Amino acid sequence: MLKQYEHWQRTGRNDPLPRFALFAAAGTAIALLAFAAKPLLTSSSAERRREFDDDAPRRLSREGEGSPAFVGKSVLINRPRAELYDFWRDFKYLPRFMENIRAVEVNGDVSTWTFAAPAGQTVTAEVEVIEDRRNERIAWKSTPQSQIATKGAIDFRDASAGRGTYVDALVEYTPPACAVGRAVADLFRREPHVQARHDMKRFKMLMEAGEVSTSRRTRHDS
Amino acid sequence: MRALTYHGTKDVRVDTVADPEIINPRDAVIKVTSTAICGSDLHLYDGVIPGTLSGDILGHEFMGEVVEVGQKSTLKKGQRVVVPFTISCGKCYFCEKQQFSACDNANPAEKQDMTEQLYGHAVGGLFGYSHLTGGFSGGQAEYVRVPYSDVGPIVVPDHLEDDKVLFLSDILPTGWMAADNADIENGDTVAIWGCGPVGLFCIQSALRMGAERVIAIDHYPRRLELARQAGAEVIDFKQTNVTEALMEMTGGIGPDAVIDAVGMESHGFSLGDQAQAFNLADTIKQTVGIGADRGGALREAIFACRKGGRLSMPGVYGGFLDKFPLGALMEKGIQVKTGQTHVQRYLKELLQLIKEQKIDTTFMISHRLPLEEAPRGYKNFKDNQNDWTKVVLKPGV
Repeated sequence: MLKQYEHWQRTGRNDPLPRFALFAAAGTAIALLAFAAKPLLTSSSAERRREFDDDAPRRLSREGEGSPAFVGKSVLINRPRAELYDFWRDFKYLPRFMENIRAVEVNGDVSTWTFAAPAGQTVTAEVEVIEDRRNERIAWKSTPQSQIATKGAIDFRDASAGRGTYVDALVEYTPPACAVGRAVADLFRREPHVQARHDMKRFKMLMEAGEVSTSRRTRHDS
Repeated sequence: MRALTYHGTKDVRVDTVADPEIINPRDAVIKVTSTAICGSDLHLYDGVIPGTLSGDILGHEFMGEVVEVGQKSTLKKGQRVVVPFTISCGKCYFCEKQQFSACDNANPAEKQDMTEQLYGHAVGGLFGYSHLTGGFSGGQAEYVRVPYSDVGPIVVPDHLEDDKVLFLSDILPTGWMAADNADIENGDTVAIWGCGPVGLFCIQSALRMGAERVIAIDHYPRRLELARQAGAEVIDFKQTNVTEALMEMTGGIGPDAVIDAVGMESHGFSLGDQAQAFNLADTIKQTVGIGADRGGALREAIFACRKGGRLSMPGVYGGFLDKFPLGALMEKGIQVKTGQTHVQRYLKELLQLIKEQKIDTTFMISHRLPLEEAPRGYKNFKDNQNDWTKVVLKPGV
């Protein structure tokens, strides 16, 4: 490298500039190629044998890559645990930040969740709470009568030094018509992990800022 | 309303578009009385910022009168306000730490994916600065919807005319924070690349913060003259080898702090031929649109900085930079501070300095145009940088 640099020093003054441009462009091309080839070069999850248990959430393990069953997302929210728990526990607020939930009707222990489906359709699920630990955890599960099978849990943990609350959401769902359903869902940008990320960010906005951010200029903008 | 909209590279027009409305409880709508074209708007104009769409309203330096308020806004109709270009919720971890431009909540959730992919984290929200920063309609318009209006806008007294306070929206705090980030000590020599409006405010700020000497670098005579007027010694890089001059002007030590007020579209800066060639390569890549930044000024600043010195970067970068002198940075132990300006952090202090006439904000304004002539303003600000140093636009004239 140093030699190359000295070479530039010596010859640079008389050298035509495009030569350097070519050099740099070649470097970029290589970088782009490497980037494109990354999925091919990385060994597939099936071949990887776990030799060590790290401290990352298990749902992130590469062993589980490609499994559609779980969607998980963790956010740190600058509000006290009890406040977040209370807001989430009242399921009727879910449509305010969960994009694909159109409406929630609460009837005692069971609530009816209406989900948006492609082509203006909706599907509903009857949801019952299966675990409820105040200010710590809420878990729910759909009943067999539901049109879509879903279950999920949300955990609330204090962050250190008054930095708020870690909120961990884990949702398992079985989309209608499995693979086809997933493909359609993908087409409509309702891909579950993207949606979970957006939903949890909106929950954070609502809790911290009191409203969900938007760059719309008029109320009719989409 | 009338608004300046983006139509493509070097194609901006004043169009009639729908008026903004109150959407969220903390919103306000401002009737713009003055708005400026920023040097960083030229990056949009040149088409080097991805995520800028046809029809987007540009502009992030603006002020005006409050005409509508949401139920949770703390502003009142009729108040005169200057609006920071950074949109901040005021409630998240970052806002509470006064790192307003890092706000976690202002950039809408569905717009955060792009910068999360590009930078590892989503950036905050900015007015009129592409969909990477939220896709918010900008201020080069008759009216603007201002989110989180209880946190951002600062009310200004009626006796201070627009020209004196308008730049609180961006370039004045940006120049100030750049000097603040340089951690200036008494007796320091500070070198500043770029004598555009931010560079000029950097000079003023560095001197106020105790710098003994400021050396400013550019190649436009008019801008160098303004820099001199602001109290700097100047180097014309077309006339003099900058690194050599900086060494000789500091007894071989080099500047204690260096400030890159140029950014991603640097041109002509060179530390010898290879750096110029690097910059040319950067230019080619930027032209073909592969996310490359041009870093001539930055490379030269790092090269010139003294050992154990400080680098502050208010200049805007968006992508990747090749041939970065990482060795020089590490081996010389240079401290780096950068970032979009935490405008809200500095507003009160700077307004006070303006009131006391300790800071002059008007000396760089070269042109005042009606909003309708904004496209002409962009073209000249871009093509005739010597004479067009700062353009202020007046809607409704």
